[in-house]
Amino acid sequence: MNKLYIFLKYFFIVVWTVFVVAPFLWALTTSFKDFQSVNGGVTYIPWVDFEPNLEGWKVLIKSPAKGGVDIIEPYFNSLFVTCTASLISIILGTLSAYALSRYTFKAGFVKNNDITFFFISQRIMPPIVLSIPFFLFLSSINLLDSLTGLIVVYIVLLMPIAVWIMVDFFNKVPREIDETALIDGCNPYQAFIKVVLPNSIPGLIVAGMFCIIFGWIDFFFAFILTFTEVQLLPVKIVALNSSVTPWWSLSASALVSVAPLIIVAFIVERYLSKGNLSGAIK
Amino acid sequence: MDLVANNLSYKPDDQYHLNEVSFNFKEGNLYTILGRTLSGKTTLLKTIAGLLTPDSGEIEFDGKNFLKIPVWERNVAMVYQQFINYPHLNVFENIAFPLKQRKIDQSIINKKVMDALKSVGLLGYENRKIQELSGGQQQRVSLARSLVKNAKILLLDEPLVNLDYKLREQLRDEFKNLFSKGLADETILIYSTTDPRETMELNGEVIVLDEGKVLQVGPAKEIFENPNSLKVAEISNDPPMNIIEAKISDNQIRFEGIDVEAPAHLSKLTEEGLKIGLRSSDIELNENGHEFEVELAEISGSETLLHLKRGDTKIIVSIEEVLNFKIHDKIKINFKIDRAYAFHADGKLASSPFGGLNG
Repeated sequence: MNKLYIFLKYFFIVVWTVFVVAPFLWALTTSFKDFQSVNGGVTYIPWVDFEPNLEGWKVLIKSPAKGGVDIIEPYFNSLFVTCTASLISIILGTLSAYALSRYTFKAGFVKNNDITFFFISQRIMPPIVLSIPFFLFLSSINLLDSLTGLIVVYIVLLMPIAVWIMVDFFNKVPREIDETALIDGCNPYQAFIKVVLPNSIPGLIVAGMFCIIFGWIDFFFAFILTFTEVQLLPVKIVALNSSVTPWWSLSASALVSVAPLIIVAFIVERYLSKGNLSGAIK
Repeated sequence: MDLVANNLSYKPDDQYHLNEVSFNFKEGNLYTILGRTLSGKTTLLKTIAGLLTPDSGEIEFDGKNFLKIPVWERNVAMVYQQFINYPHLNVFENIAFPLKQRKIDQSIINKKVMDALKSVGLLGYENRKIQELSGGQQQRVSLARSLVKNAKILLLDEPLVNLDYKLREQLRDEFKNLFSKGLADETILIYSTTDPRETMELNGEVIVLDEGKVLQVGPAKEIFENPNSLKVAEISNDPPMNIIEAKISDNQIRFEGIDVEAPAHLSKLTEEGLKIGLRSSDIELNENGHEFEVELAEISGSETLLHLKRGDTKIIVSIEEVLNFKIHDKIKINFKIDRAYAFHADGKLASSPFGGLNG
């Protein structure tokens, strides 16, 4: 019974791992192939099955004039927009979440839970519904086709995630900890910064991770709200039509685009598995 | 420096958490707030600390309006029933936190923290993480953190309730030592608890609180000997005092077909609806006594608690040894009737064996 259990456990782990890793492996090998290897049937092992070359990767940094695809600029645009929007969302979201968790707001029938729901409701609407208002809004303040405009829109999209995660997190931090800080001589701002924030790092990391993921993978708004001046990575990669761009450089660019998320996931996993998530709050 | 409160009321929902509470606490004294859970003890302590603002009423400390001073400037200390410490700091940093907040010189902080650690018996633990400590040790850390401040008002909110039996005994003794060691000279110590035994051992001035109302104020001995009402008698005894509906006539206390000769302090009470109160420890097993049926027998520690029944009368008897009884066993008991209390139909004390309102 026990052996069967272990066998089944590892069997499913292996199956799942293959399912997840196989596409990456495929993309990775394809990115080092040339025309003949790609069209020459299923091959995976470099130097045995095919002769690897770096052509697919070199194309990524060449300018279009020289037959390249130049994803460097969109890449840094994406990094900049995602990181800035995530950072601002986390800061604003954490402050809002703390207020919603600790203070009682009341305006007519609107109470704390309604405000929290209002934040989340921003994510309930399908993006297409928001696209026209965003477009008109950005055009009226002359921010269409600009990094700043995208950051503003992404804050609207990411802050609800931060608020949602952090409200839940702060609700689990006992109020008595804040109260003790007040009794020990902190004013409410010091209590938040010296005591509540240091104990909320796991929550901040999770919220930050979600903001970065959702910001990084967004295609729709990056597509609608930019034209020629500014281009983000997802839009650029979709634009690499395989009839124009060869499979190998398409594979290489796909790998480059998921790389930051994989790095983030690994860092967070390391941090969380150290047992820091539960913190100390019983 | 006195802490004076006048008619404090706090009613956040449809129930009073504090209902016209007044007191006058003097420095150098220990005050015990005794009440059941949800009786308003924590609310009262939080109001004194400044974490809650009462709907009405005043608090004055040292002649100043305390309600106008924010929490962080009040110089109070508080220990919660949950072991509240700063999880991101180690033991030393936890205890040093209130001193650092006051921007005190590091060398003085070091000395004070070490003194506090010594007084709670945690020397050698200063670099431990809070999560590595047991519940009792965590509570010692929070006690040390409240001692190190030399606060004028020290609030202890059921500090022992979440500890296991043995630790509770041990820590209670340490508390008593700490309180008697001059700490109390210029401090107002306010200790809340649900446990009557703890109240008696601490032996301070007791405030009995129920549903936000102060029922009785007095020294622990006085509350124990002369509870002014049925409610206080119930709250200040564990297990609660047995209440028996009885009639007194011809110098006999009669209930459930039992006649017991009334002691001198009860013999003159002949009114209707009289209730006789008798502590569970004032009933003993006796071969020649009155027959009762066992409903439940629980053994707690070295004590046996018997839940007995006769007709409509249910009583609890505690016996200082471990005995085994079966449910529905018939046993015979005797009442130490000279220790009985009598209460009027409205719950007020009519007569006590210690001379209260001899009637």
